[in-house]
Amino acid sequence: MTLLMGGVAYDPKVLTIWDGFRAWLRRQGLDFDYVLYSHYERQVEDLAAGHIHAAWNSPLAWLRSERLAAARGRTVRSAVMRDTDRDLTSVVVVRADSPLASLADLSGRTVGVGAVDSPQATLIPLSFLRRSGAADVRVRRFDVGVGLHGDHIGGERDAARALLAGEVDAACMIDGNHLLFGQEGTLPAGATRILGQTGPYDHCTMAIVDTAPAAEAEEFVRLLESMSYADPEVRPLLDLEGLKQWVPGRTSGFGPLTRAVDETGFYDAAGAVTAREYDP
Amino acid sequence: MSAPLDLGFLGLDQGAHLLIRRALRTVDAGGRITVTGGAPGLGAHLRAWARREGHGFAEVPGRTATWALVRGSAEADRWAGAERAGGAGPDGIVARPPAHWGLAARGSLVEAGGPPTRFEFDDRDVVWADLAPRLYAHAAAAQWDPATAVDWTADAALPADVEAAVVQVMTYLVENEQAALVIPAGLLARVHPHFREVQQLLAVQAADEARHMEVFTRRALLHGSEMGTSSVGGRTSLATLLTEPDFSLASFLLSVLGEGSFLSLLAFLERHAPDPVTAQVTRLARVDEARHVAFGVAHLEHQGSVDPALRGRLRAAIERRHDVLADTAGLNADVFDALVVLAAGAWTPEAIARGHAAVQELQHAMDDGRRQRLARLGFPPDEAAELSALHTRNFM
Repeated sequence: MTLLMGGVAYDPKVLTIWDGFRAWLRRQGLDFDYVLYSHYERQVEDLAAGHIHAAWNSPLAWLRSERLAAARGRTVRSAVMRDTDRDLTSVVVVRADSPLASLADLSGRTVGVGAVDSPQATLIPLSFLRRSGAADVRVRRFDVGVGLHGDHIGGERDAARALLAGEVDAACMIDGNHLLFGQEGTLPAGATRILGQTGPYDHCTMAIVDTAPAAEAEEFVRLLESMSYADPEVRPLLDLEGLKQWVPGRTSGFGPLTRAVDETGFYDAAGAVTAREYDP
Repeated sequence: MSAPLDLGFLGLDQGAHLLIRRALRTVDAGGRITVTGGAPGLGAHLRAWARREGHGFAEVPGRTATWALVRGSAEADRWAGAERAGGAGPDGIVARPPAHWGLAARGSLVEAGGPPTRFEFDDRDVVWADLAPRLYAHAAAAQWDPATAVDWTADAALPADVEAAVVQVMTYLVENEQAALVIPAGLLARVHPHFREVQQLLAVQAADEARHMEVFTRRALLHGSEMGTSSVGGRTSLATLLTEPDFSLASFLLSVLGEGSFLSLLAFLERHAPDPVTAQVTRLARVDEARHVAFGVAHLEHQGSVDPALRGRLRAAIERRHDVLADTAGLNADVFDALVVLAAGAWTPEAIARGHAAVQELQHAMDDGRRQRLARLGFPPDEAAELSALHTRNFM
């Protein structure tokens, strides 16, 4: 039976990546195919409905697929993830000359965040700020790629630019993007200061629904984990997808996002979309 | 634990990764280093950088501004299947460089994988000549500047009909040099870059022809604004050169036979030039062309030594081109007449007779040169004479 995986086309490279993986997986004997979605919500709905067997999910999509599946009496598992999906952090950044000394000082101030559905640049850091004593924060959202769960870097970059332009008092972004923005010059070296850093959390994961063909699903995970960075055939694909090694999936790193989703009512317990101003 | 790597106040957005990579290379995969530093945000950046590079990251308990990195295997993995693209020098050339070496410098360490390139001339025995590196060095050293190598002010006012003859010959030379530029330029793009010196030589050859086109055009327009004529016969003859897809046969027809014949023509023009500029531009071009002929002969000598069937193919190429051109006019009649006028130097019956005889001598000299070069390639004298006679009447 064909194992069918869903992926979200957040960038044209997604086609290159999964076409390449598809060809490689099929050469290893796995009957594998994939479909691409324009946003995560339809992908996880199709996963829970059993229209696809696996979904390459954002962390937010993972949470929703868990809830949607449970509401139908099904289960999904976090089967495999990239080595780079583990232990990420987000940072809250201010201009270097800002008088703000602590996260609590952001009370009443304007904070620039990413898209409404970005775990790393909106949901997790805003939850972190609430718990750090920053009350009545005015949020300025940079909604780029809504429905892509923050996969599109544009919102974070716009927030960083707004920080530099003095339009916001602080900006939230993933740790690696703060480094990237410094290296590419969006944020000149020394122009900003990290005011706070969240605890570590996990990012994407391959969700597999329990109605998937068991043998094919097992083989899929086994083959992904067997991909070696020393293999010149898959190395360019791993580089494009941003990993060195596929590692076993886990759920221990989704706590901060679960808390953020529940605090804001982004999804309800059954997985329905209840977020305001969210229309992917 | 060894002393931590102290980055001072250097951040990862300012190049600190260079120091960190260098330190990580001192330990094996799985080995650990510690890093300290005072750059703002260094801890957050180190965590992100290590994750992206496939290294482990941890905070060091009880130590401020100090972090541990565990070297990952990605760098070793990336270069695990790498190989050297032969050796750097000409003695490092391999017989059949693989397509995936592509544009990699010869002798470089080539990461495994990557897209195959389509350089179809990838057989040493087809493209290489041991003389190529020396010829290239000579060619590079012998480049001249058209603006200064020719004394364009060395004016000699010529009678109008002699000037017209010069213009006609220059027009013909430009047309032929354009063919001589397009052919090596087309060939060099199909040669595997592993045979670097052959590409370089062909590139300089094309650059030579570019200069020849310039100086011949400039001489044609030195006293007027109109070029001479271009005949169907001449262009038909050159067109047969452009359509030859085989590296060796194209090189044979163009360099050995065509440019070989041009050596005699350019020497003739230098000798009978009615003005100093014509003498200078034909001399400069002849020196360059001699190099092109030398490579063509050397390359075919090398190939003939490893491929006994080569001579048969060369013969067939001459015969094929002759058959295609059998019913065409060949040399532009205007060009022939202009050559007679230049060699005559005056409009008396005696002078014209002298000029006509000189052009016939030129044709004999071209024939002699072709036969000698064919003999170098191993053709017996009678066959060389027979094949030389089949060469196009257009000279090139």
